[in-house]
Amino acid sequence: MASDRIFGAVVTLVALAYVASATQIQTSFLADPVGPRMFPIMVGSVAALCGILVALSPDEDPDWPALRTLGALAIAVLVLVAYAYSLKPLGFLIPTAIVAAILSYQINPRKPQAAMAGVGLSVGLFFIFKFALGLGLVALPAVFNG
Amino acid sequence: MELLANLATGFGIALSPFTLMLAVFGCFIGTIIGALPGLGPSNGVAILIPLTFSMGLDATSALVLMTAVYYGAMYGGRISSILLNIPGDEPALMTTLDGYPMAKAGRAGDALVISGVASFTGAFLSTVGLMLLAPLLARIAFQFGPAEYFALYLLAFATLGGIASNNQAKAAIASCIGLGISMIGVDNNSGLPRLTFGNMHLFDGVDFLVAIVGLFAIAEVFFFIESHGKNTSIGVKLEKITVPWKDIWDTRWTQLRCSLVGFVAGVLPGAGASLGSFLAYMSEKSLAGDKAGFGTGVAKGVAAPEAGNNAAAGGALVPMLTLGVPGSGTTAVLLALLMTLNITPGPTLFTERPEVVWGLIASLLIANFVLLLMNVPMVKVFVKILSVPPWVLLPGVTMISFVGIYSLSGSYFDLLLMVAFGVLGWVLRKLDVPTVPIILGILLGGHMEDALRRAMVLSDGDWTYLFSSGIAITLWIVAVAGFVAPMFLRGVLKKPQRITD
Repeated sequence: MASDRIFGAVVTLVALAYVASATQIQTSFLADPVGPRMFPIMVGSVAALCGILVALSPDEDPDWPALRTLGALAIAVLVLVAYAYSLKPLGFLIPTAIVAAILSYQINPRKPQAAMAGVGLSVGLFFIFKFALGLGLVALPAVFNG
Repeated sequence: MELLANLATGFGIALSPFTLMLAVFGCFIGTIIGALPGLGPSNGVAILIPLTFSMGLDATSALVLMTAVYYGAMYGGRISSILLNIPGDEPALMTTLDGYPMAKAGRAGDALVISGVASFTGAFLSTVGLMLLAPLLARIAFQFGPAEYFALYLLAFATLGGIASNNQAKAAIASCIGLGISMIGVDNNSGLPRLTFGNMHLFDGVDFLVAIVGLFAIAEVFFFIESHGKNTSIGVKLEKITVPWKDIWDTRWTQLRCSLVGFVAGVLPGAGASLGSFLAYMSEKSLAGDKAGFGTGVAKGVAAPEAGNNAAAGGALVPMLTLGVPGSGTTAVLLALLMTLNITPGPTLFTERPEVVWGLIASLLIANFVLLLMNVPMVKVFVKILSVPPWVLLPGVTMISFVGIYSLSGSYFDLLLMVAFGVLGWVLRKLDVPTVPIILGILLGGHMEDALRRAMVLSDGDWTYLFSSGIAITLWIVAVAGFVAPMFLRGVLKKPQRITD
């Protein structure tokens, strides 16, 4: 119950903010009868209305995971964000091995397997991408290549 | 005899060694993707699109490869349904109802062969149906103006939200999220940026591939972390495989009927394969009566949903190719592929790029035979795939997604956006909000707004123009009915629950 009420409220607020920013869209002098504002405003209004409906008649709560699992998920998200930033400066092999190992450990908490999965995936996928598909990946940080 | 001439063109393209190789390769990869628990057709196709794109294949080859993967995944989905009781995606859920009990009774091999043959019947007949129906529909689609297209897009959202979800308001929210995201970026008409909040990265808009991979593949990884890969593989052993000729012959009418039901369900925009397999199973169940023992592991119960599911997969290509409106999550992903390749689906596709359409249809016919061979005599090879543990598979999927998206633009911003979509996908699916309408919204938003604005330019701002033709009015009525009717039918159309051990 509570989840859907919060969800509905959040959707309504975001939708109203969306409508508000849509009214600020610049129009050019070549405007057509509808203009660039109308459609976003329509979409936002429908979403706001549905948000209110969901908040008023909520479904049953889903099974939210325990706090520990939420922690694991948060770690996974952080690791993926770090991976996004590191792929370019650090090359493919090292970040991939680390991130794959951490994700593997989050799914099945056994350290040796996770390490093996990380290294194996990193090297294996590098070969597939580089040589079978011909993608321009950089293996190692630029420092090592001089 | 235009049809035969067109088919000849198509086979001329499809039988070239390279295309043929791509089709076989696609079938193989597709069956693996389908068989892997936790990777359904839509995730599988989604993570492969960026890779196909960066391999530099031409449009026909890329399309042949990806649709072969799509058909393959539809076939392969039954393997994990039957042996592990884990449906790879929603349409495969119906196959678990009779497939898994049959496997537990020691007839795993029979169930795999029967479902493989039923898949072939469904897929083959629906490809023939596609061949016959698509050119006809393309001819009708020539009469569609912007007002009709606007109503048609609305219809797709309405039926998808109405039939495929449990809560209309939530489905509508999902559609609006997608449509709202598609508005971000430079406006085509005025050339001015909209809703970018001054962020340079958003001027080009949000790439639909980023959203698709995030919502499907990355969100799936979060689900596996949440469950710690627990509810996987209690598996059933597979003994020697023989062909149960008698069962196949006994289910021949079931297969034919379900192919028809599935095809019709697939053609409806927004309904897709889930509805196809569901309707096929339920209609056979009520036709056979209580004595037939549906749900306890009977041959008909395995054949029905697989024929329906695969026929719907072919049927869903009809509106996708002729109107540019996808009929299911996976066809939405295929539409994304077409857009990436700069092919605009629609009636003009049939007249201007016949080699693409007929090459595709011919490849699908060939792919069906390849898949029958792979899925009946060679099914044991794919069963081995099931033993890939999730703690290797899911990190692998993540890495492939990252590299794929990274190879598109080389920007870390798209990767961050993809992770954000993954989190969004996890939260929304937890709250029982469907994610397919989001994809549809991002894909169709631009076209939908464009249709509305062109209609208003034509009519000089007169809103009644939207209801000015018979086709448009019909589409509006069907859209409203498709959205509202399921609220009242919910009691009748109750989905059977998944069986638990």
